[in-house]
Amino acid sequence: MLQGWVIVVTSFAYLGLLFAIAFYADKRADAGRSIIASPYVYSLSLAVYATAWTFYGSVGRAASDGVGFLPIYIGPTLMIALWWIVMRKILRISKQNRITSLADFIASRYGKSALLGGVVTVIAVIGILPYISLQLKAVSNSFTIVLQYPWIIMPAKVTAQPIMQDTALWVALILAAFTIAFGTRHLDAAEHHEGMVAAIAFESLVKLLAFLAVGVFVTFGIYNGFGDLFDRAAADPKLSAMMAPLEGVAGGYASWVWLTILSMMAIMFLPRQFQVTVIENKDERHLNKAIWLFPLYMLAINIFVLPIAFGGLLHFPDGSVDADTFVLTLPMFEKQELLALLVFIGGLSAATGMVIVETIALSTMVCNDLVMPVLLRLRRLRLNERSDLTGLLLGIRRGAIVGILLLGYVYFRLAGEAYALVSIGLISFAAVAQFAPAVLGGIFWKGGTRRGALAGLSAGFAVWLYTLLLPALARSGWLPISFVGQGPFGIELLKPLELFGLAGLDQITHAMIWSMLANIGAYVTVSLSGVQSADEHRQASLFVDVFRQTGEGGGARFWRGTASVPDLYNLLARFQGAAAAESAIQDYARARGLRWPGDVLIADAEFVNYVEVQLAGAIGAASARIMVASAVKEDALTLEEVRKILDEASQVVIYSHRLEQKSRELEAATAELRAANERLKELDRLKDDFLSTVTHELRTPLTSIRAFSEILNQDPDVDLAQRRKFLGIITKETERLTRIINQVLDLAKIEAGRAEWSEAPVDMREMIGDTVSAMSQLFQEKNIRVETRLPEKVTPVKADVDRIIQVMLNLLSNAVKFCDPSDGRIEITLTEDERGLRVDVRDNGPGIAPGDEQKIFDKFVQAGDTLTNKPQGSGLGLYISRHIVEHHGGRLWVQSRPGEGACFSFTLPLGRPASAGQLARAA
Amino acid sequence: MGEIEGRGQRMIALCMLGCVLFNFPILALFNVPGTFFGVPVLYAYIFIAWALLIALMAWVAEMRG
Repeated sequence: MLQGWVIVVTSFAYLGLLFAIAFYADKRADAGRSIIASPYVYSLSLAVYATAWTFYGSVGRAASDGVGFLPIYIGPTLMIALWWIVMRKILRISKQNRITSLADFIASRYGKSALLGGVVTVIAVIGILPYISLQLKAVSNSFTIVLQYPWIIMPAKVTAQPIMQDTALWVALILAAFTIAFGTRHLDAAEHHEGMVAAIAFESLVKLLAFLAVGVFVTFGIYNGFGDLFDRAAADPKLSAMMAPLEGVAGGYASWVWLTILSMMAIMFLPRQFQVTVIENKDERHLNKAIWLFPLYMLAINIFVLPIAFGGLLHFPDGSVDADTFVLTLPMFEKQELLALLVFIGGLSAATGMVIVETIALSTMVCNDLVMPVLLRLRRLRLNERSDLTGLLLGIRRGAIVGILLLGYVYFRLAGEAYALVSIGLISFAAVAQFAPAVLGGIFWKGGTRRGALAGLSAGFAVWLYTLLLPALARSGWLPISFVGQGPFGIELLKPLELFGLAGLDQITHAMIWSMLANIGAYVTVSLSGVQSADEHRQASLFVDVFRQTGEGGGARFWRGTASVPDLYNLLARFQGAAAAESAIQDYARARGLRWPGDVLIADAEFVNYVEVQLAGAIGAASARIMVASAVKEDALTLEEVRKILDEASQVVIYSHRLEQKSRELEAATAELRAANERLKELDRLKDDFLSTVTHELRTPLTSIRAFSEILNQDPDVDLAQRRKFLGIITKETERLTRIINQVLDLAKIEAGRAEWSEAPVDMREMIGDTVSAMSQLFQEKNIRVETRLPEKVTPVKADVDRIIQVMLNLLSNAVKFCDPSDGRIEITLTEDERGLRVDVRDNGPGIAPGDEQKIFDKFVQAGDTLTNKPQGSGLGLYISRHIVEHHGGRLWVQSRPGEGACFSFTLPLGRPASAGQLARAA
Repeated sequence: MGEIEGRGQRMIALCMLGCVLFNFPILALFNVPGTFFGVPVLYAYIFIAWALLIALMAWVAEMRG
């Protein structure tokens, strides 16, 4: 069934299916309902990384090196872990600057340098040629082999065939036609190829399924699972050595490490990876899923590589079959026609996917960064005056696609035979790794200059040419082989595979060490020894600080000049077509609440920048800069001015930080002030209360004194007994007045902290006895029994005796006042423990209403209802007593239950620290 | 921004973990003859470590802020 026509028809049917998918996706995109705006499609499109190299070449590599094929997939996994930092930044930069390719990115970073863009393009094209030739080789080989079914015959040397009978040439031409139809049907301002991405994602599924199918067939169909397969391999002495192979491989661990590093670079800087990862990205958030889905894809497609390699080696032990073809030849050997066809389609998927994306990416670079800048500078062509350039742009791109594929074919004829698939691919990896210092340095280090990047890229590329490409050509007989063996002109030190005598490494490791040394060394040295131009300085800031800017058009403020809207419109129309230009400007106007045409647009810096960014989407940043410069009269900013703008910006940031801090401090101060104000208001209210209460208290005795004095004064007939009684009242009220005034004075002194304290050892027993006897007259009058319970002996306490007596008198007179009027009883108890002395004064009065236990210690508060009862004191006694006790470091409190009397207690500490007095005063 | 930086730091840590797991000398520990459930030890180790690393990356990448 595997006749030639079946295979050809199937292949074209498959390509047709891809085209249908692409067409459908493009239609959907035009309708605004993109099918590729999904993290899953995005992850699958990243799998364009897995090419014919993975599909056929990994098995070949595994058949000679065991696990040596794996660093190519482990490296990207490690790199992708860093994508959260690196790729997010590149994505953001690219979206803001409408980057169209890797060359555009590098050129744009280093001051929109057309020269740098050109150099990057040349390196990318030459570097990728081996890789493209690898795909051609894989497709044409698999086609030739599958045609021979049921025989398994390795294809003859291509160089032996006439060109027109070479399958690879036809493959190259068909792929070119297909790619042109795919990628350059129309010119998209943003270089988005939705259809292509959809087709690539589909191809990724096909190649994964095909490879897994072969893997499952070999492992479980031919053998009985992994165990059986590896057991048989272990029985073979040649194969068992590959089970622990790392020492055996040339270069061992060093080679492993360098391959890992190399593929870490490749996943970022292969033009097609940059295309699908950055340019075709629809949403930064898709990265979250891709970060683990894409590594998972690589893991899946590698699981069966070693089993297939071992199966192939066991089946074809004599080496007659190229290990690179095991994936295809094993199903053929087992007469699985359908599976063989599926494998062929899978390999075709892997190869076409790579070729399509790679050539589209490269053709964009060739057009935007190599050809257009040159054409635009050639005044003779008068391109500036042509009204529509879209046709020219498409033509250049189509030409570039054909050219690149034919060059790939030429490389295949020149050098493709001498190497296995993986070795060819690694040469390309080493070439694109040269972009790493310029790109990574460019997005994290502002100091990298245009000259530095140029020097680094050129030096690295030169070393790559010398140590990898020239030896490959020499091996194929296009250069004298003595060039490799003895070095050029017999100079041993310059031998391309053992440069400066560095021997014992495999070719790739050797080349990577020298090229990276030259590249990074030149980049850093030249960057540090030169100065940046104003353009470079601006672009460096825009790239490195991309997360600090907001929105598009971050570069607008760096422009100064004069332009007219019609000029810029014409410019856009020439490259994008009139309709696209019109809608772009209408978008711009709408975003600012204007209508165009109609309202007047001002061609200010923002507008010019907008046009330049739009244009960059079509022809790249470097070309766009040239074109815009031709349309506007631009006053070049001097380096000083750019520096000033940047410095101002950073100054503003610093000021705003300071302002924030100041305002926080202010808020705190305001809160404090408010609290202080509240306290002051409260104090003011207390003072008013105090004054009104004091005057009220003073007026009561004064009123009665005055009333009785007037009676005595006006009525001479008052008898003597009456006279005496009145005079007694007057005397008592005067005493009360004096007492109140004394207390107020005391209070004022205590509150102001000016009271004088004379402290001396006091015997509390004695003090209590004195006080009680001084008041015995009063107790007798009121018929109150007083009981004192004093210990035999107490420790003298240091205190102001007069004040303590004052406290005692106050407590006792309170007790007298509130005692049961008929059967009054007062108990005074003195106790001592290790902390100090405690005095309890208990009465049998009505007690204190619950809730009033604290209140009665306030100023001018009296127990009982002041409205109905006649006040029986100034209301200052307890307040002052508490102050005195606290001044001595003790405590005064009351315990009471209504109806059961009240018990006032106070303590005086023994070993009172000297400072307690001051503390109490300060409080 | 703090959450984004935190995730970035976790990702850097994972990259470093991977660099250690897939490098000399850890790799040399498994570079021995013999099989693990019928699969050569080195091969089994690499795939298991790889799958583990991917699982951790998925966990960090999909964390809800």
